[in-house]
Amino acid sequence: MTAANPILLPGQSRHGARVLIGVAVVLSILFIAAPLVFIFARAFAQGWGVYVSNILHPMTLHAIWLTTLVAIIVVPLNVAFGIAAAWAVAKHRFPGRGLLVTMIEIPFSISPIIAGICYLLLYGRQGLLGPWLQANEVQVMFALPGIVLVTMFVTAPFVAREVLPLMQAQGTEQEQAAVTLGANGWQIFRRVTLPNIRWALLYGAVLCTARAVGEFGGVSVVSGNIRGQTNTLPLHVELLFNDLNAVGAFAAASTLTLIAILALFVKAALEGRR
Amino acid sequence: MKPTLLVSALALSLGAAPAFAQDRLLNVSYDIARELFEALNPAFAAHWEATTGRTVTIDMSHGGTSRQARAILEGLPADVVTFNQETDIEVLAEAGLVPDNWRDLLPNGASPWYSLPAFLVREGNPKNIQDWADLAREDVAPVFPNPKTSGNARYTYLAAYAYELARNGGDHAGAQEFVAAIFASVPVFDTGGRAATQTFAERNIGDVLVTFEAETGGIAAEYAAQGLQRVTPSQSLFAAFPVAVVAQNAERNGTTEVATAYLEWLYSADAQEIVAQHFYRVTDEGVAARYADSLPALDLVTVDEVFGGWGAIRADHLADGAILDQVFVNQ
Repeated sequence: MTAANPILLPGQSRHGARVLIGVAVVLSILFIAAPLVFIFARAFAQGWGVYVSNILHPMTLHAIWLTTLVAIIVVPLNVAFGIAAAWAVAKHRFPGRGLLVTMIEIPFSISPIIAGICYLLLYGRQGLLGPWLQANEVQVMFALPGIVLVTMFVTAPFVAREVLPLMQAQGTEQEQAAVTLGANGWQIFRRVTLPNIRWALLYGAVLCTARAVGEFGGVSVVSGNIRGQTNTLPLHVELLFNDLNAVGAFAAASTLTLIAILALFVKAALEGRR
Repeated sequence: MKPTLLVSALALSLGAAPAFAQDRLLNVSYDIARELFEALNPAFAAHWEATTGRTVTIDMSHGGTSRQARAILEGLPADVVTFNQETDIEVLAEAGLVPDNWRDLLPNGASPWYSLPAFLVREGNPKNIQDWADLAREDVAPVFPNPKTSGNARYTYLAAYAYELARNGGDHAGAQEFVAAIFASVPVFDTGGRAATQTFAERNIGDVLVTFEAETGGIAAEYAAQGLQRVTPSQSLFAAFPVAVVAQNAERNGTTEVATAYLEWLYSADAQEIVAQHFYRVTDEGVAARYADSLPALDLVTVDEVFGGWGAIRADHLADGAILDQVFVNQ
């Protein structure tokens, strides 16, 4: 329509904008809002009492705790890794720097299930390190260490990806000035570098947390699905759903959704400050 | 919320700490057995404490059994497996984790309960669906998952095939036409049993859902408002639910005694009563007789009798380009 009329009249453009906004709103409702509402509608389908008793089921509570524990371990490690990697890449020149940048991005381009299988082939009973681990009675796979390893791999890029562009844009002038004033390495990091990146860092940590909490594919390979031990919240949702406990599944899913919505608000708040 | 969470997490981790004279078992099981073992395990724990004075905690892992077998091969420390596919225990036997003669170590081919493909129809059975022949009628739309991806649907395919083979006196060409006629009226092939259940019960597609009889009760209960009715065909295919001690792991964990006792107990009248309540067929005759109303008698054929075992089925029916492909893909 507009192609035939290259010069847009004010009325036409308003009309076109209305159509576009309408399409955007309808699609957002269909693809984003409706499933969200549906999760809570199904979770409360049999009333508050059933919802609460499903959440308070020991296995659901354990899944919530395990997922929280994994995030508590993974996020600080990935924050440290992200800062270290971004620092190395942004502030220093060294051979293999380009390779490191690519390496940081790898978990984004690899499907989590492949990551899970790789860890299995490395640390599993038939894996490369399997016989040694078994001889020394170290259980990596199908236990907390395996879940943490895979989640760390999957969420590794988030902090580095947020912090790196900022560090590169800021350059090294302020650090150099600090050196001339006699600051040591730790002082420079704490007083100069860290304050400059703090909002990007928090933003990355929030994204990392949201991803760690929701990770399913990779963890499902290495978890072993032992209820009350290695069943994370996303795996627990799948189990309940397959087992015809729809209310339980959606109740567990609603806690995941709440975490995601919370992360979204924190993210939106941080975005303004960046 | 947060303090409650922390307190319960603390309670859980304290509860998980090993007490004295405490046995611990990991039972790696199929994906839809959560409620069944939630009912069975406390009963065994009570029995074990009464007979030995020791307490036992049974941890459960549920998932598709092929994936579960794979995980055990890679080091999931299962003491016992309770599966719904014999081939997945064979995989463990080939790796030396389970003794080769596992089928002979417990009664009924090491299958303490069993099931069979059966039907779930709409309230009042408006299309009067009673048997496999009704599924091939043009006005009947059956729902079951894709037999290429679902073990459940594979049993449906084999049961329908075996039914027609018995009815027409062993004419394989006729049996293939029969299953092709059933496939032709399936409105949608989902990838798994859960999705097919939703297609039937939530999207209201089709006239009859074909799945394991053991699941029909749970599905009817979940969608109680719809008044779905269970129908048992005149003949069906025996589906084993085999169990075995993962001997290598149990020896290392020092659980051989309690693992063996657990599996043997599954054949006791107490356990079989619980199992029958979950719509599985049981081997204990007394219990089976009590549940004959809800699980009526029928002709049961086995994979070995009709098809010459799973090896032959894989070669003749399931391999690429074999019979299943011919009747299913070439519609």
